[in-house]
Amino acid sequence: MLPMPTSTSRPRRAAPSPAVPPLGKASTGIDGFDQITGGGLPRGRPTLVCGGPGCGKTLFGLEFLIHGAERGEPGVFVTFEETEQDLTQNVASLGHNLPQLVRQNRLAIEYIRVERSEIEETGEYDLEGLFIRLDHALRSIKAKRIVLDTIESLFAGLSNTGVLRAELRRLFAWLKERRITAVITGERGSDTLTRQGLEEYVSDCVIFLDHRINDEVSTRRLRIVKYRGSSHGTNEYPFMIDRRGIAVLPVTSLQLIHEATSERIPTGLRWLDAMFGGEGYFRGSSVLFSGAAGTAKTTLAAYFLDAACRRGERAICFQFEESPAQYSRNMRSVGLDLGRWVKNRRLQIHAARPTLYGLEYHLATMHREVDDFQPSVVVVDPLSSFMGGSFQEINSMVMRLIDLLKSRGITGVFTHLIPGSGSAQEVEVGVSSLIDTWILLRNAPPGEDGGRHLSILKSRGMAHSDARRSFVLTGDGPRATNDPDDARPRRGGGR
Amino acid sequence: MSKKPARARRDEWILRLYVAGRSARSAAALRNLEAICEEHLAGRYRIEVIDLVKHPQLARGDQIVAVPTLVRHLPPPMKKIIGDLSNEESVLVGLDLRPRRKAARTV
Repeated sequence: MLPMPTSTSRPRRAAPSPAVPPLGKASTGIDGFDQITGGGLPRGRPTLVCGGPGCGKTLFGLEFLIHGAERGEPGVFVTFEETEQDLTQNVASLGHNLPQLVRQNRLAIEYIRVERSEIEETGEYDLEGLFIRLDHALRSIKAKRIVLDTIESLFAGLSNTGVLRAELRRLFAWLKERRITAVITGERGSDTLTRQGLEEYVSDCVIFLDHRINDEVSTRRLRIVKYRGSSHGTNEYPFMIDRRGIAVLPVTSLQLIHEATSERIPTGLRWLDAMFGGEGYFRGSSVLFSGAAGTAKTTLAAYFLDAACRRGERAICFQFEESPAQYSRNMRSVGLDLGRWVKNRRLQIHAARPTLYGLEYHLATMHREVDDFQPSVVVVDPLSSFMGGSFQEINSMVMRLIDLLKSRGITGVFTHLIPGSGSAQEVEVGVSSLIDTWILLRNAPPGEDGGRHLSILKSRGMAHSDARRSFVLTGDGPRATNDPDDARPRRGGGR
Repeated sequence: MSKKPARARRDEWILRLYVAGRSARSAAALRNLEAICEEHLAGRYRIEVIDLVKHPQLARGDQIVAVPTLVRHLPPPMKKIIGDLSNEESVLVGLDLRPRRKAARTV
């Protein structure tokens, strides 16, 4: 067993502001959550985690407890709704072995059932029985953590709300006195955070989980409503629940602290490099190919991938329109053998239907894949598959994605399908402002032997050609056709 | 407290009263219970008082949350009455001693 790291021995990314004395934090082990809270939940105090049915609050509590249990902070899970078997099954699918932790006295489960139909109430009572049970459970494993899920069930089982309220107030004070780090879950009320207004009693930290379905796609969000004595983000953070449990996606975009390098990275096509002064894009920048259907966006992006793999770098392609096999086959027809890079593990191709999951899910998946594989370049093809979501959602997703890549110094190339004629005005302004290099592709008018035109709309901080370049797709790849002298770079800046 | 030794008679009532320490409320509940039993179940009841402060592990079995809680163990089905049992009427209803069905079942 590892000794439990204390907040002081554990430097986190977000340092506490100097004016506030540092508050002890209890790590939750939930990806991203500890990051946005500067270390986790307030140690020795109760936290309210609330939201509607299926929002993930039980899972939040369980992960918090299991993480503690595995690191020398035993915990008690008090369940008012699910039996021990239910719980065990639910977390087994996430790879946690609850019975084993219970056998090792690192975790205890206390199932409390209050069934109104079995109970008659007459005269005065209090909830000392509950206190005694909790105390007994806490002592039996020397617990430092507890989860009460969902204590509001007591209100369904007992009718004297006056007694219940007084006793809950006493309970939270009692937990605090014992320096137990507690998670109390609560069901969302019609116009309150919780049905019984638990937020009035738990004043240290309140977390709200939201689960919405938009256009048949589910999105989950987490918001820190309150965190006394600690700085925290007030944003809504997207999160997801996958086979590894909850993952929260921190937003750091707004800080704009990315390091800018002047190192260049080839585009994969010599004539295209030539349009950027012969050197290609900036490493770590974001590049967007916009164009109507059939303007070779995918091909140009694939050449960039291929070039990276040739240099021995790792690359990931997130494909949202084709299966990996189909994609590889199509790229072979324009002279690229991506299969060999997949085989020697330089390239990963991840394909998914964009509508299958919410934006956050995709973003979180990309996040994990990028962290696992550590590529130097990433292609997302196409970004426009996500246009089913609201503009704001897409904008924030693209911003987070670009932020993720930039913070790791990864060069990102995105494609974007412009519907119809392919005029640049149709591209979302919000997205374009996040892009460093923006390349517009157009089909040549009929009669110009099926060629395509490429022009650089902007490329921040570097000289680039403002000429329109014609190219054709051949079995050996995209080949420029018009006079290269037209494409001599001019001095230019983004905005 | 009336205690009958050895085996339960076929029609005997077994009642458990859960309390926490020696509070006035616990004492009142026991007093009220004994009075009701003497009047309605004379000679065929047994009361077990369980102090959860001394035996916290026993709260789990009967799912005790509130104190005092009276549990009718026999005859079945199990019944729970919480509170100081000060209202005789509702205690009788809670124990199924007030008509509806006569509690004369075989065990």
